[in-house]
Amino acid sequence: MKRLSRLRRHRAAGPVLLIFALFTIGTTFQVASAVNSETTVLADRSAAIEEGKQLFLKGCSSCHGLNAEGVEIAPSLIGVGAASVDFQVGTGRMPMADMSQQAMRKEPVYTPEQVNALAMYVASLAPGPEVPTDEMLNYERDGSVAEGGELFRTNCAMCHNFAGQGGALTQGKYAPTVMGVLPKHIYEAMITGPQSMPVFSDKTITPEEKLSMIKWIKSVEAEPQLGGAALGRVGPVTEGLLVWTLGIGLLIGCAVWLATKAR
Amino acid sequence: MSNEIELIKDPGLPTHVHRRADTDPKAALRAERQVAILFALSALGTLILIYSYIFIKDDVFIFIPIMGDTNLHQLGIGMGMAIALFCIGAGLIHWAKTLMPDEEVIAQRHEFKSEDEDRAEFVDTVKAGAADAGLGRRPLIKTTLGAALGLSALTPVLLLRDLGPLPGDDLKKTNWKKGTRLVTDPGDRPIRPEDLEVGAVAQTLPEFPAGKVRHLDDVAKDAVLLIRLRPEEFNLDAERLSWTHEGIIAFSKICSHMGCAVALYEQQTKHLLCPCHQSTFDVTRAAKVIFGPAARPLPQLNISVDEEGYLVAAAPFTEPVGPSFWGRLK
Amino acid sequence: MTARERIAGNVAGYVDDRTGAAKWMKKNLTKVFPDHWSFLLGEIALYSFIILLLSGTFLTFWFDPSMKEVVYNGSYEPLQGIKMSAAYASTLDISFEVRGGLLMRQIHHWAALIFMVGIVVHLMRVYFTGAFRKPREFNWIIGVGLLTLGIVEGFLGYSLPDDLLSGTGIRIAEAIIQALPVVGSYLSYFAFGGAFPGELFISRIYTVHILLLPGIFLALITVHLMLVWYQKHTQFPGPGRTEKNVVGYPLMPVYMAKAGGFFFIVFGVTAFLGAVASINPVWLYGPYTPGQVSAGSQPDWYMGWLDGLVRMAPPLETYLFGYTVSWNILIPGLILPGIMFTGLALYPFIESWATGDKREHHLLDRPRNAPNRTAIGAMALTFTLVSLINGGNDIIATTFDLTINQMMWFSRIAIIVLPPIAFVVTKRLCLSLQRADRDLVLHGRETGRLVRMPNGEFIEVHEPISAEKAWLLTSHEQLAPLELPEHDGAGVRRPGALKNKLRNRISRAAAVAVPKATETERRELEGHH
Repeated sequence: MKRLSRLRRHRAAGPVLLIFALFTIGTTFQVASAVNSETTVLADRSAAIEEGKQLFLKGCSSCHGLNAEGVEIAPSLIGVGAASVDFQVGTGRMPMADMSQQAMRKEPVYTPEQVNALAMYVASLAPGPEVPTDEMLNYERDGSVAEGGELFRTNCAMCHNFAGQGGALTQGKYAPTVMGVLPKHIYEAMITGPQSMPVFSDKTITPEEKLSMIKWIKSVEAEPQLGGAALGRVGPVTEGLLVWTLGIGLLIGCAVWLATKAR
Repeated sequence: MSNEIELIKDPGLPTHVHRRADTDPKAALRAERQVAILFALSALGTLILIYSYIFIKDDVFIFIPIMGDTNLHQLGIGMGMAIALFCIGAGLIHWAKTLMPDEEVIAQRHEFKSEDEDRAEFVDTVKAGAADAGLGRRPLIKTTLGAALGLSALTPVLLLRDLGPLPGDDLKKTNWKKGTRLVTDPGDRPIRPEDLEVGAVAQTLPEFPAGKVRHLDDVAKDAVLLIRLRPEEFNLDAERLSWTHEGIIAFSKICSHMGCAVALYEQQTKHLLCPCHQSTFDVTRAAKVIFGPAARPLPQLNISVDEEGYLVAAAPFTEPVGPSFWGRLK
Repeated sequence: MTARERIAGNVAGYVDDRTGAAKWMKKNLTKVFPDHWSFLLGEIALYSFIILLLSGTFLTFWFDPSMKEVVYNGSYEPLQGIKMSAAYASTLDISFEVRGGLLMRQIHHWAALIFMVGIVVHLMRVYFTGAFRKPREFNWIIGVGLLTLGIVEGFLGYSLPDDLLSGTGIRIAEAIIQALPVVGSYLSYFAFGGAFPGELFISRIYTVHILLLPGIFLALITVHLMLVWYQKHTQFPGPGRTEKNVVGYPLMPVYMAKAGGFFFIVFGVTAFLGAVASINPVWLYGPYTPGQVSAGSQPDWYMGWLDGLVRMAPPLETYLFGYTVSWNILIPGLILPGIMFTGLALYPFIESWATGDKREHHLLDRPRNAPNRTAIGAMALTFTLVSLINGGNDIIATTFDLTINQMMWFSRIAIIVLPPIAFVVTKRLCLSLQRADRDLVLHGRETGRLVRMPNGEFIEVHEPISAEKAWLLTSHEQLAPLELPEHDGAGVRRPGALKNKLRNRISRAAAVAVPKATETERRELEGHH
């Protein structure tokens, strides 16, 4: 008993209790909310569309209009297809938080099931590009890395840079990096042309060619440093910065050491 | 009392401060050992280099903090070489700093200017030599020598004539003629208007007949960018509007500024950006320059469809594509 | 005499019998070199040049400068089956098939960047200390020549692999050639053997890059070093150092060890960069074709300022009787750089004309003691820095959430507004430092200790500075401004009046200085303490 009362008066008792309380509340909430979302059933397609509609009305209609017809600040979503929604909401770009420049990739707000519901709802409004199936995305089997590189350099590098690191557009817009993007999102971006990005139709870049591009992007992503630290893979700017900081810094440091009288 | 201002005087070289290794034999020994360690480290570096070169395969990667997954073969030979070289240098410098004499030595500078009589003698020598050569007295020799040397200087210039052909009007012509089909780059597939959705772009080249090989020289002039907008989004005069087809407009992809490929199409603003110097072109107004150093819009290609429904050039470019040159408008 | 000494003597005698080398070797082995770390900056460039020769020779054993189209069949999978030039394919082979090949490629390219950095920092040291004054004007001109040729050599070098990034650079270079009035298109067709890109350009620049320019470099560097050797290196002012002596260490053994050691240091640091930092990953750029371009295309840093000038140029093109003159290319690409480099080369003569100082100088200036010169240098650096930053404006924009449009307008305005501000600020800074020096000599060093006098006054204790330091702070010359006559004895305006007036004005500006402390003043003040 004495020990317990002594521990109770320990300096660390307060913080430990606090952490314990936070942990308990946090996990309880997680479990509880997980239980909640687990009750969402997706067996029925029309149920999904209905759920999507509810999600849309709650989270999207304030900008995109009650019938997705678009208002001044947000375009119409009629005809954009499930693929657009899967891309925009699945990469976290939508709902758009910072309205300044362009939609940024961030942590998705909705779960994959909710994204699917939203997509099905928007697709139900008018025909549009569909979400590619896994069979359509087998880039390992159907794509060619070398051809993908050629296609990427001709169609994508001028915005996204030779290694897919992203690049500047006008007025503060930018083409984001394509590293760390799911293959289906890459595919969807190409067929839907989100925001500033143009559309790459299946007739001008065939589905097989798109898979080749995805395969090349994934190979560059997985490519380890072949010559040393990559310095961002943006070219001579960072290389010049390195010589003017580390390079000349080391050399002048050694020069000063050389000319300093020894003790 | 005197107006003379006295300046601060030069106290001369400061008294020499001895280094520890100069007076203390133990310090000297320590310095010697330090130099030896550096040289030994260098040898170790070379050994690392040799080992990595022979025994480490070039597909082995290890994780290094900050750098990530790094090629061990490359790192081994590189760091081995770096250590080997750096430590020789460090050893030499440390040796010089701690053990070699560091008393400052004074040497006198000498006047560069020659003595006056040497200069006079030089002038006399040259004058005598020139008089001996007799150029002054023999104008015929001087003239003909000048003509011979001058003319022979033209020979190397002439011999370089075949460095290249004369441009002629090569810079003003491309492979686009009336009826040439637009094909995808890469892929060489012909394109129908319905293949492009609104907001879509396509990289195209002129179709080459079977047997004719496309060279980079051709791409450097022929590359064309197709963009599809809604017809009502155009802001063109009647003639330029007639060069479009169902909202599809075609521009030369070769920047009118310095020749980079211009294909950064911003779908929402309908602007084309060249990544080299940031010239920005407005597609709705026939690629008019709205920002940046380009002085001219991109040449627009007149397109329509042939009987089979494929997109073709309705006429060649009406102006030279690519960067400007002196005779561009002639 | 030991056996070793006897053999050495015999060898030396053998050589001396045939060359008479003993006399000048003896003289030169004891030659004195002053020791300051800033004197090693030129050596960074020199040693980098040697590293470039060595690593470059290695590369030539595998590089194929042909533009003939081949199909890649090497071990880098993402490019297999792709058509490319033999030059590009051989660069891939060096990177992936030759052991140590990628390392040597990277060492070569890093050495090139360090070579140019070395030249620039060395130029800054020589400029700001006034080492270019008589008798070293020739060496200065050679140095400016080396700088210019270095820029060209580097550009040609990284263009050899014929990759997408460097090919874009060549496209831009071709546009500059083509824009030359009258002869542009002819020169372009001669250089490229026809239309761009042609099939001859890489092999032609290969010859220039490995033979012509290195040969010129070797000659110029040799003359540059011989002049330094013969004229003896300059030295910083200080106790015991005069215009008529050189204080330092002898070539053998100290300078040989230190300078020789520094070569290995430079080589070691370059090899370190080659080992740990990737540079010019050509396999990611892909082979060059005029139909492709990458976002964020820049030349190497030493040409970045040129790119920045081209980017910010106004879109000016005029038509002269139907002929096109592209000022938007000619001004930033040729005219401005031409003016800058000519001004740079002629600077020693401009300065001596402006100050009227035609004497020999072997003691360097502390930059603060030549405020006008230092301010002009700061102005030039500001100009170059603004254009350099604009060269990377798209990458800076995406990294720092700015827009390229903002960067462009900032650069256009800054490049006109900032240099004069830099001039004024730098000049004021130099004069403040002169004042601080003067105070140091007259009043001594502030120790930070406060003492209360019997009468209640607080004073800070000043420690007098050493005689050596006092000499260092007052040994410099302060030139009087020129007072060249504009009228002759009879009051008639002379023919060179305008020139004289200009010289008077400039030398007056250059002569603005805080008068240096004198012994007389010090003694007077001593009486008060």
